[in-house]
Amino acid sequence: MSRDSIVVENVSKDFTMQYHRTLKQMAVATMRRLPLKETFRAVNDVSFTVEQGESIGLMGLNGSGKSTLLKLINGVMRPDAGTIHTRGRIAGLIATGAGFHPQLSGRDNLYLNGAILGMSEAEINRKFDEIVDFADIGKFLDTPVSHYSSGMYARLGFSIAIHVDADIFLADEVLAVGDRPFKKKCMAKMQEVRRQGTTIFYVSHATASVRSMCDRVLVLESGHLNFDGDVEEGIHYLQYDDDEETNEALGDAELGADI
Amino acid sequence: MRAANKSAEAKKPKRHQTDEFGRRRNSKRKARKLLEKKADSMPVVELAGPKLERVVDAELVDPAPSGGIREVFRQTYLLRLIVSRQLAQMYAASLLGLLWSYIQPALRFAVYFFVFGVVLKNAHGGIPNFALHLFTGMVFVHYFTETWSGGTKSIWTNRALVLKMRVPREIFPVTSMMVAAYHTGPQVLILAISCAVIGWHFSFVGILAGLLGLAILITFSMALALIFSALNVFFKDFQNIVQTFTQFLHFLVPMMYAYSMLAKLGAHHKWAYELYFANPVAEAVMLLQRLFWAPTLEPKQYAKEFPPDLWERGFIMLAACLVLLVIAQKFFARLEGKFPERL
Repeated sequence: MSRDSIVVENVSKDFTMQYHRTLKQMAVATMRRLPLKETFRAVNDVSFTVEQGESIGLMGLNGSGKSTLLKLINGVMRPDAGTIHTRGRIAGLIATGAGFHPQLSGRDNLYLNGAILGMSEAEINRKFDEIVDFADIGKFLDTPVSHYSSGMYARLGFSIAIHVDADIFLADEVLAVGDRPFKKKCMAKMQEVRRQGTTIFYVSHATASVRSMCDRVLVLESGHLNFDGDVEEGIHYLQYDDDEETNEALGDAELGADI
Repeated sequence: MRAANKSAEAKKPKRHQTDEFGRRRNSKRKARKLLEKKADSMPVVELAGPKLERVVDAELVDPAPSGGIREVFRQTYLLRLIVSRQLAQMYAASLLGLLWSYIQPALRFAVYFFVFGVVLKNAHGGIPNFALHLFTGMVFVHYFTETWSGGTKSIWTNRALVLKMRVPREIFPVTSMMVAAYHTGPQVLILAISCAVIGWHFSFVGILAGLLGLAILITFSMALALIFSALNVFFKDFQNIVQTFTQFLHFLVPMMYAYSMLAKLGAHHKWAYELYFANPVAEAVMLLQRLFWAPTLEPKQYAKEFPPDLWERGFIMLAACLVLLVIAQKFFARLEGKFPERL
């Protein structure tokens, strides 16, 4: 039996940006010869194969197409060109508490989110205590999630996704909001899941944790997959260490805004 | 004009100059800065012990959900949760809650009954048990309009889920239909009790007519909900169009007036008659009246109130609606790929 877990072949994804939504705006734009819409290629001819149990660090600047690629693998989006195939159940954490409904209680949201991630009722019931314990939301379980702090929101979301018993686990930069002890707990849990042979896709800028978590790094730049290989080399590649550029240039203040 | 132009320019993406690898200008500095800042943002936890082998007993498949409506009905548990979420959301922070979905139909029934059953008593063609005739129509037209208008808005209102979670997207229009059914259920019960009180007798023909009518109504409303929910993602105008249509619909089915009056009209204006009955809802309402209203009367009382070709029309209409549903599903699947960027 073949062990490939994710097969991505020549995948591209375009976004169409429509500037004008009303007839009047469209007419005005046509008169002025402005473009009515523009396409933008978020992921450009990306191909790679991931073996079951591999742990992949996906790196790149903001806007380089990391989240789009993750959404394509998760199946939220379909590629415009190329094919994506995955094996087994995918649990993705594309955004914190995605799909939580603010008016519903934590408990109801837990069931709903679990079902969306593909768990059956019996499975959720079985793991319910474990999920609640891990999320550490205590007495807030029956309060509407709109009253939750962003940390609690993130904890519950992560806790549900990580307990799915998935074959592929996708984690976007979702842990950024948690506090340090919880982040640590999450990383430990992810390592545990990794140890059980789950394929992991981890998006992060934190080189130290990528080093410890991943076996392989993919670097996306403006939608192109420009690096695929060893972790150290990948981090090296992204930092352009070979470059002679001096450190003064780093003092540039406008760069901070992008991050 | 100027404002429109300005906003267009503001929305334009920043052009990044890229080299042959697709690297952005300044990306070296940006990357270094980013990594420097974030390098320790996540705590480091090492792998505890050796990795285990995990054998996944599954085929390589396309991760995007496919299978359409059929897939939705296979995931009954998820559908049930989403329907109950929808209901909880509708009645959150409302004192009367579910009661609201009865108040409006009840008032409408009272007004229509007053106007057409009392004031215009001589105008509706002397329908015996007029209240039942009217109520049957209203209950099922209400079901239809709620499915259609709720379904039209469904993808848009659930965009948070559509954008971030992998669910078969047909689940949202289907949910609207389920919610409409949940609201209509008790009304049907009231209708059935009223029929029983007035004196309804069982007949297989009636049951068959009711089932056929219901099948037409369900397939037609589902098809429209699918088509319009997809269109509404692109242009919000569609929810207004639907609203306009649903307002007329009460007058375009034979419930406030008798079929025999339409038959008289048809004798002179064939095309108007055909156009009127090209509406599947009109056909479905007549079939359902055959189930609820007709059996409370003597056969000779309602003989003239149904078209002679009621059954032929019914089966042809059902076939047409099924074809429409298949087309709607195809149409939805085609547009679905563009949802994430348009929501």
